[in-house]
Amino acid sequence: MLLADRTCRWTGLALLAACMLVLAVAVAPAWAREAAPASADPALEARVMRLSNELRCLVCQNETIAASHADLAVDLRNQVREMLREGKSEADVLRYMTDRYGDFVLYRPPLKSTTVVLWYGPAALLVLGLAGLWWMLLRRNRLAADQFEPDEPAFDPAHGAQADDPQSKR
Amino acid sequence: MKSLRFLIPLALFAAVAVFLGLGLGLNPSEVPSPLIGKPAPAFALPVLADGAGGSQALRREDLLGKVWMLNVWASWCAPCREEHPLVIDIAQRKLVAVYGLNYKDKPAAATQWLRQLGNPYTATLVDADGRAGIDFGVYGVPETFIIDRQGIVRFKHVGPLNAGVVRDKIEPLLKTLNAPG
Repeated sequence: MLLADRTCRWTGLALLAACMLVLAVAVAPAWAREAAPASADPALEARVMRLSNELRCLVCQNETIAASHADLAVDLRNQVREMLREGKSEADVLRYMTDRYGDFVLYRPPLKSTTVVLWYGPAALLVLGLAGLWWMLLRRNRLAADQFEPDEPAFDPAHGAQADDPQSKR
Repeated sequence: MKSLRFLIPLALFAAVAVFLGLGLGLNPSEVPSPLIGKPAPAFALPVLADGAGGSQALRREDLLGKVWMLNVWASWCAPCREEHPLVIDIAQRKLVAVYGLNYKDKPAAATQWLRQLGNPYTATLVDADGRAGIDFGVYGVPETFIIDRQGIVRFKHVGPLNAGVVRDKIEPLLKTLNAPG
């Protein structure tokens, strides 16, 4: 009975793994099509894609222009490709985009007075939290033992009843 | 003092609630344009010919010296149809000279659209490949810009115009821009 149960479970697991493998293989081509290269030069295309991954698509705001299928994203990718082909630097391309669409298009916004909280806020919260924890632990360390509630008595199966609280014995 | 300690979580909650409430009121699809207060981008675009007439180009310099409104539209854009009566109204009341930017459209479809719904535009610029649209930072048609006499972009609205925007933002702005001197 137990053996049958176990075999059953293993068959189920194997089936699940097979299903996932089939799914992964089926989905892979669709996923790869997202970034179809549009020029014959793979080095240029790699730069285009790297830069496109830094830029937010304004139509579907949680996608990069590298991942988005929106019309505007395609246009902007072409613009990036054209500028790089003309020999413009990557900083030139980023400036071109922010001149038109603002810092919002950058997935890594620049450090400015308006973005200080964005950049350092999480670290500040972490430091504050750790400081609070430290302060609280220090304070508790200084309290006398009888200020705490006694620990839950441990369950002793040999006696079938709850053992005495070791702290109260002391 | 100590008795009020229980209020701390309540205060924290209130602060978070206020920020979240403010966040709810924001529209994330409205991205502030870096063009406001800057010169409108240069362009030289063919004008949509309604029927006869050659397709002469219109440049940014040609419009210096007057306040004008640029309305970005396309025949394939459903919200453009929705805002069109308001654009016609602005043109008919002669609040401002309205120019159209026909964005990534087919000329035949565009002329047909204007014939059907009415043409409020002094001229319609043709941006067939969307390049001028990118220069203006267009990301969602329709969009509307107001450019002053010096060629500076003073206002941008993303999405279809509505009566409230026209009344509360566009009309007061035009009043100050059109004031002599």
